[in-house]
Amino acid sequence: MFGPQSSLVMYDEELKRINATIEKLLREANAKVIFLVDKNGQLITAVGETEHLDTTSLASLTAGNIAATGGLAKLIGEKEFSILFHEGEKDNLHISIVAGRVILVVIFDQRSSLGLVRLRVKKASDELGDIFQDLAKKAEDMEAGGEFQSPFAEITDDDIDNLFS
Amino acid sequence: MSFINYASREINCKIVYYGPGLCGKTTNLQFVYQKTAPEAKGKMISLATETERTLFFDFLPLALGEIRGFKTRFHLYTVPGQVFYDASRKLILKGVDGVVFVADSQEERLDANIESLENLKVNLEEQGYQLEKLPFVMQYNKRDLPNVSPLEELRSLLNPTNVPEYEACATTGEGVFETLKAVAKLILIDLKKGGR
Repeated sequence: MFGPQSSLVMYDEELKRINATIEKLLREANAKVIFLVDKNGQLITAVGETEHLDTTSLASLTAGNIAATGGLAKLIGEKEFSILFHEGEKDNLHISIVAGRVILVVIFDQRSSLGLVRLRVKKASDELGDIFQDLAKKAEDMEAGGEFQSPFAEITDDDIDNLFS
Repeated sequence: MSFINYASREINCKIVYYGPGLCGKTTNLQFVYQKTAPEAKGKMISLATETERTLFFDFLPLALGEIRGFKTRFHLYTVPGQVFYDASRKLILKGVDGVVFVADSQEERLDANIESLENLKVNLEEQGYQLEKLPFVMQYNKRDLPNVSPLEELRSLLNPTNVPEYEACATTGEGVFETLKAVAKLILIDLKKGGR
């Protein structure tokens, strides 16, 4: 759905839909935190008790984790491992791939269970898949119609130099 | 492959530091980390072995400031330089927006530099990239050491296409920010063209 080298572009409308979906998942799965990460390690959005979490680092390590297990999968002839589960003493991580491109991470504790999280994630994944499909279509349409303009199209050399002054 | 977020008005780019083992990739990131204001940087993560050799990657998020109302963020990654970590290196190149090659200037590492540069090209091609089309900067590191190759020799072997190049000593920080600025600038110019 996305070309390997196309930029991921996120708009207000789709982000609102994504947030509504994962906030619902947060409630229904009794989870603590949920975040969505691009496969390259860029954080897309996070909901729940995120105040004390370093979400940027979490995003980067999650993507590294998915990339490493993806490499393992290929070595044994699998396409990918679409679900990863890490069990801790108090908190657990449920990581899954949505729409082939984004990573959905659910952090939960004893107030929930792996079975419940798996069940709810499955349903939410379908909804998220639809949203990312719409997003991809929007990007395609804009490109085809020549409407997409990089926000950086108008920048000058001075703008760039000023960043480093 | 950058991530443009209109909702939060942010743009995120990925820079990868590549080069042979012990050439100073991690030292480059450590210096940037030390010299950057706390509000402009996130935590630096190093996935290293017990002997402090990079095992998977180092990661450093930087916020450079705003351009036309968009926050620009750069995520700096290093690869593990040792030859046998090739599978990990390939993974880290995914979604890269710009590459810094850190060459070890010492005479005895000349072959290692050439091998690593070839490895970079091969691994990029596997991901569907061409080095010539990516924002790319060359850094000749360890210029303070006594047994270094002459600059002309390094240039002719490692930088035949004449990309921006910098002499550096990553332990003291000489040339480190110049290198980073150069690659960041090339990435922004690339985004301006809207080529990707």
